[in-house]
Amino acid sequence: MIDYKNVLTTCPYCGTGCALHLQVLDEKLVGVLPAKNHVVSEGGLCIKGWNVHAFVNHPDRLTTPLIRKNGKLEEATWDEALTLIADKFGEVKTASGPDSVAILTSAKCTNEENYLLQKFARAVIGTNNVDHCARL
Amino acid sequence: MTDRLTTLRKTIENVLPNVEGVLALRIGPGGITAPHLFSKEHSEELDKLALWPKEPVPDTLKIILRAHPDAKLAIVCRGCEERGIVEMFKHSQLNLDNLTLIGLQCEQDEAEFCRCAKPFTVHSKLTVGEPIEGVPDPLTAKIEAMSQPEKQAFWKQEFEHCIKCYGCRNICPQCFCNICALEDETWVETGRLPMPNPSMYHMVRAMHMTAKCVACRECEETCPADIPMAVHFRLIARDVREMFNYEPGASMDQKPPQLLVLEEGEYERSGLPH
Repeated sequence: MIDYKNVLTTCPYCGTGCALHLQVLDEKLVGVLPAKNHVVSEGGLCIKGWNVHAFVNHPDRLTTPLIRKNGKLEEATWDEALTLIADKFGEVKTASGPDSVAILTSAKCTNEENYLLQKFARAVIGTNNVDHCARL
Repeated sequence: MTDRLTTLRKTIENVLPNVEGVLALRIGPGGITAPHLFSKEHSEELDKLALWPKEPVPDTLKIILRAHPDAKLAIVCRGCEERGIVEMFKHSQLNLDNLTLIGLQCEQDEAEFCRCAKPFTVHSKLTVGEPIEGVPDPLTAKIEAMSQPEKQAFWKQEFEHCIKCYGCRNICPQCFCNICALEDETWVETGRLPMPNPSMYHMVRAMHMTAKCVACRECEETCPADIPMAVHFRLIARDVREMFNYEPGASMDQKPPQLLVLEEGEYERSGLPH
């Protein structure tokens, strides 16, 4: 049996919010189709949106955090990675003050994730140094 | 009189038991339509059958057939989509023996939206709706009437808006080369926007659409910069008609002019660029 599906989703590449269909054939991601009657993108996409399917199963995609040990990146668990980040933030903050830290968020995140990151910057670290990639 | 949607649903229900799937449009989440492969196992999905907006169903058919070359399928196609399927057949992209065409005739407002000269099917044995006459294309007529310098200025300005998304190529049912000239640095420089020479991209595409474009306007519809590129494909189609008496998709057995040079040998898709 042929299993063809279009999965409606939002392009993850920037904050515009273009809609697209991921074309799934026999449980494999094979392409992208724009969504014509969607209010944001009205059937259009940019070159990144048209190629969204390419990164999902790409062999170069990182699937675990990496920690540099002795000059070499090694796979780590999320617990190890987050503990290391928390320790380093703490060290930097104690040594040089909270304004020595800056948080760069992303237009690829949701509003809620961006809210959490600015909250983290202001309430946990104690700095107003928050910006995001859409300013580029 | 029953409407087209009801008639189409009945037609699909009649065809479903004899095929592996029927490719048509379905209303998905949020009222967003997309091509869908209806199957006899899930015929209740026909509750969500849709007619409009037109979607590039021949392109979806191409994707399915590449993985399942011997699949027995049916496809709901409008006039332009039927022409697209015929041209894909002529260029060895699909086997018509395994394909049932269900022709969907366009209505006046749909034809006007597409500025379509042939909003009807001619090959499909099963049809839904009453065929109507073609409508004029005022945009093409307006551009055709411009002087040479006016035309140049018009297209230069249009092409400068191009963001090089490749959407027009991606959505085109007639773009199926394994290696695309538009990805060749000789013609189109990668990694620079705006393009240093935007006419090159569009003229390469226009040349490659010669005797292939079936005037479905999917390229225009997906263009984020609203470039009316179907206009130059239509003007080239007019020239091809005058020079070779050839209209893409009109006849099943008339060979496309760009294949005539290969007449001595059997033309087969070799997997190499042609």
